[in-house]
Formats: sequence, C-alpha cells, structure tokens
Amino acid sequence: MSVRVGHTAEKSAFPILAHEILKDQQTRRNVRHATDVIRAKRALRVEEMPDWQELRTAAHAIKTHTLLHLPHYLQQFEKNCIAAGGQVHWARDADEANAIAIRLIQAAAKKQGTSIAEVIKVKTMTSDEIGMNSALEKNNITPWETDLADMIVQMGNDEPSHIVVPALHKNRHQVRELFLEHMKLTELGTEAEDLTQAARHYLRKKFLEVGIGISGANFAIAETGSICVVESEGNGRMCVTMPQTLISLVGIEKVIPKFQDLEVFLQLLPRSATGERMNPYNSIWTGVEPGDGPQEFHVILLDNGRTRMMANVRERETLNCIRCGACLNVCPVYRETGGHAYGSIYSGPIGAILSPQLNGMQHSRSLPYASSLCGACYEVCPVKINIPETLIHLRGKVVEQDQNSITGMFSQEGMGMKMAAHLFEHPRQYEAAQRLARTGQGLFEKDGKLVNLPGMAAGWTQFRDLRALPQQTFREWWKQNKRNKA
Amino acid sequence: MSDARFTVLDTIRRQLAADPDIKPELAESPEAAYARIPRDYQRAAALDHEEILELFYDRLRDYDSELIFTDEAGIPAAIAQAMRDAGETLLLVPTGVPQSWLPTQGLGILRDEQLTTSALEQPRCVLTGCTVCVAMSGTIVLEHGAEQGRRAATLLPDHHLCIIRRDQVVETLAEALGRLTHLTAPITTIAGPSATSDIEMTRIRGVHGPRRLTAIIL
Repeated sequence: MSVRVGHTAEKSAFPILAHEILKDQQTRRNVRHATDVIRAKRALRVEEMPDWQELRTAAHAIKTHTLLHLPHYLQQFEKNCIAAGGQVHWARDADEANAIAIRLIQAAAKKQGTSIAEVIKVKTMTSDEIGMNSALEKNNITPWETDLADMIVQMGNDEPSHIVVPALHKNRHQVRELFLEHMKLTELGTEAEDLTQAARHYLRKKFLEVGIGISGANFAIAETGSICVVESEGNGRMCVTMPQTLISLVGIEKVIPKFQDLEVFLQLLPRSATGERMNPYNSIWTGVEPGDGPQEFHVILLDNGRTRMMANVRERETLNCIRCGACLNVCPVYRETGGHAYGSIYSGPIGAILSPQLNGMQHSRSLPYASSLCGACYEVCPVKINIPETLIHLRGKVVEQDQNSITGMFSQEGMGMKMAAHLFEHPRQYEAAQRLARTGQGLFEKDGKLVNLPGMAAGWTQFRDLRALPQQTFREWWKQNKRNKA
Repeated sequence: MSDARFTVLDTIRRQLAADPDIKPELAESPEAAYARIPRDYQRAAALDHEEILELFYDRLRDYDSELIFTDEAGIPAAIAQAMRDAGETLLLVPTGVPQSWLPTQGLGILRDEQLTTSALEQPRCVLTGCTVCVAMSGTIVLEHGAEQGRRAATLLPDHHLCIIRRDQVVETLAEALGRLTHLTAPITTIAGPSATSDIEMTRIRGVHGPRRLTAIIL
C-alpha cells in the first residue's frame, strides 16, 4: 500500500511553514478578506433556516449510518451503476487510481483517434490528493483544470490553499499576471469581470473539443448508482456532458443511501460552502444515457487511507466531511496562515484531522496541534464532525507513537515527561527540584516572568508569558505558619 | 473480481468489527437502521400556494432572471417578446417541445435533431420546459429528454427560456425531489445564471453556463 496525500510527505511541520507565511502580508490580507466575505454570507443564509440544526442532525445520522453499512452501500452503488451502463473500478491507493485513470484515458484517446491525449477536469480535491495531474503529465496526457480557481492554481504551478476556493490567496492583479502569460494575451483588464470573461473565452474551445472528462463526486447515490456534482460556473456541466468519455474519481466515503437524501445535503452544502441558498448548478447522472452526454462512463472508487480510519468513532466521523470549507473560514488559525501552512491540500481544521489520518499518522503529524481548540469549526460543521475532540484524540495518538519509538523515548520531551512523572511520585525529590529551579531561574527572570528559556522550553517562552516560581511554595508557607501559630 | 475490490471491502468489514461500540448497529439490517434516521427538518410546504409562487418569483428576480406571466395560449407571444427584447432571431428547440408553443413567424426555429456540437453552438437562445421548481431556493429542475432537451442544449446557448407551469412550483427541495419520477435520467438543477466568486470573492455572473434566464410562467 502506498497511500499518498498531495505532497504531505515532503512538507515541513506546520510551525515552520506558518512562520514563513506570516511574513507575507499580501497573502494574509487576501486570506483575511476572502474568509470574512464567505463567513458573512454563510451566516446570513444559515440564519434564515429555522430547521438548520435538524438538518445537521439528519446529515450526521445519514453519514454515520452509511459508514457503518459501507460495504452494503458500495456494492449497491456498484451494481446500479453497472446496470445503467457505467463501469466501476476499485483503487486501494493513489498509484493504483492514477494507473487506472491513465489506462482508461489512453484507451479512450486511441478509440477517439486523437494523437495528443488531453482531459478536461472539473474541480476535484480527490484528484489533488492522489497527485493525478503530475501522474497524467508523466504519461504525456495534458490535464486542463476548468474551475476558475483551479486553473489559477494550475497556471501558477501552485497548490490549493482552500477546499472550496483554492486560489483565495491570490488577488486579481496576481491572477491577471498569470492569465496574460498563460493565455498569451496582450491586453487584459484588471477587474474580476474581465478575468472571468477571459477564462470563458480561453476554455470554450477545450470544452467543445476535448473528448475525455474527469470529475470528482460530491455524492454517489447507492439506490440509483448516480453521481452528483455540485458547482457554480458551468464548467462542471461542460465536463460531464460534452466529452465522449467521462471518468469520475470517487472517495469511498462519498456514497449516500438514497436519492431523497440529497434533500438534506443539497440544503446544507451550498449554504455552508459559499453562502448561497442553492449553487447555480447540480448535475446528477446515472451510467450512460443514449443520445445525451458521454457514451462511456467510468467510476474509480478510491480508498487511499480511508478504510484505516474506520475502527474508531472519532476517526470514522472524519469521513462524514462533505468538503464545504466552512470550518476553514471560521478558524482563527487558518485565517492567519491560510492553507499552505498546513502542507496539505486539505487545510484548516478538517485538514488538520483528515491529512494525518489518511497518512496513517506517518505525515502531517504537527497538524493536530495547529489549533486553539476554540470549537468554532464544530459549531459550523454541517455534518457535525466534532473536530476539537478529534484533534485531542489525534494528539494522543501522536504522543503514543512517540513514546513507542526509540527517538521519541530519548527526545527532550520524552525524557522531560518521564522525569516529571518520577518527581510527582517522590515528594522529597520534587521539593528539592523546586528549590533547585528557584535558584536556577534567576538567570532567565525578568519582571517576575521567565524569558528565553533554553531547549524545548524556548518554544513556550517565545510567545507566552511564563510566571517565575514564587520564592515560597504554599506547603513551605504552611509548615512555617502552622508552627508559628502552635 | 479485482484484488482491490476485495481488499477495500474486506478491510472495511474488519475495521468495523474491531470497534466494540457498534456491535448492535452492525448486526441490524441496513434498511431497519436507515428507517430510524431522524428527519425533523422541514420537508412539507408551510405556505399556501400563492405565497409559494411569490417566494419563487422573488428568488428568480434575486438571480436577475426575467419573468413573463402568461397562459397556455400566450406562450408564442411571450417567446416572441423575449426574443425581441434579447435582440435574437434564432431559437434552439428540443424535439419534444409542442408546435403550439412556438411563434409561427418572425423567428428562426432550430430543432435539436441530434445536431453536432458546432451546430449547437450557433443559436444563442434555447427554449425548454422543466419538471419541477423549488421556491425556497429559486431552483429549476430539469429531468431532460422530451420538451426539456438533452443536457448540451441548455448548456451551450447563452440565454435559456424556460416554460414553468404554476403547479410545477413547490416550496421545499424535499417536495421537489419527491416529484421526480425518472431518477436515473440525467438531472440538472439550475439556480440563477452561472457564476463564480473565485477572484477576490467578487460574484461575477456568467462564466461557462448560460448567462441569462427568462422564466415564462403559466
């Protein structure tokens, strides 16, 4: 098994990445502006729903139920999709999914008689997760991202910094520069309107000519074998309608039991994601429809680390996520750093619990600590994922892993904790240690606070006030005064 | 059956079995467990039909759609007027649209008899019916086929004229989904013109999908 989540394996820890980004005032302004706007819009559209909490409760129950009966629903989806003329493929990890996609694309291109293999893609985070674009390019297949923000990210050789609006770290002047260069334009206005029209013109030909489309899925409906793609620009409709061949990459947790369950999710998702009552377009299709749209349709069902999150309620619940991004917009950490500090395409609070778990706690291990545990993410989550509890659960796993590794056992933290445990069990030695610390702290004391402590304690005193130890402990005072009184 | 399929399903089963807290749920049939899902949110209409219609018109106007009110006999005149207002003379029409809807003169009618993509690109306006509409969110639902055309026909032209009967408008999404009869047909829901907020969160109307919608209400 080689599970891969974007470039998480090569990325530095959150504090290191965040330090760099915090110096970039432009990015911080862009992120702050974008999250402010979406938060306000979301709040407006959620407030007008008297049954919002009931919808959340139902969504959580549907997702929980589906995961407990996932083999049943996956097989039901598979059966119905095949009966409608679709083909279903299973992939254990990123490499397997990419290999299937490449094989299907090459076969379709050959059948269509095109010498250069190209695909048009509608926004799918799952494809970023498995690094599909670079895998396609290595096999001489050109992927065209058609979502405006994804196109901006692709042109800039950049990485998505948000689940819903992946280019929110770029302002329109930065976007204009990219468009001028990549669309080979000599003139282009600076307004968002000008840039959007340029994108429309640029992609139109691709939509009409490229014979293979790639999509993700917001929902895969077991009852009917249908896929549902939620979008705003119309690029999704183009990609799932115009090509002769369509391939949908679907995480196994995207399945929902019945068609009618969309009545819950299609109310929660647009209001949470973009603050709209309904997003401009939803496309729902089942297998192949004669005379309408692609006549060859494939679904790739992807595991890539999901199944190993299923043995524990805290971990399993992470798979409820419908990728609305609401938790990012309200997170006080995300709002300062933006998405790139997380080193994963899944950023913000949901990224902080999803990325390390998909990675089997091998990478993204700093992310469970990238939170103040304020709980705002849980409050806005439309499928009620208890993110703060999960963060704490994962911190526990990280510590447990460290304690069981050789390097962890002899690390400063590991040794320190063991020493502390010993002292807490031996009162005399504990008191001796207190006296010693009181003498030693003079070197670092300033106005009753400890500053610039050495070693791993520096991480604390760099940003926080730590009061110096008092000259007398309560126990010492008690011993003295009790005697005086007597 | 592939190895991957077996491994994925088998791993899920083994992982779930490793959680002692969910033993009773796993023993249950999926159907019985599904029936217990709480659905205390609003599913049925709370308003009377006139209020529902007003709400729907409001939502459509909110999306900058144009509204024309008429009756069955007035459809051709309404279409002629909408086309005149748009300054257009060629109308794409799915084969299932009844002849009685169409103006008899002054307008070029292009029937979508399996037109090629480049032929579909020519007309800037398309006329269709719809299956059901949701007042709460101003959403129009197409089940495609017949008078609703194939998906490309309502995607490539820039201006969509949609015939909506008043009795097709319901209040909630739950009611609308309940009215669909052909769940495995391609289904498209439309709420306003295509849009993006990807650049500085400024909402821009009209990206790749149609930029204009005229609702002809019967």
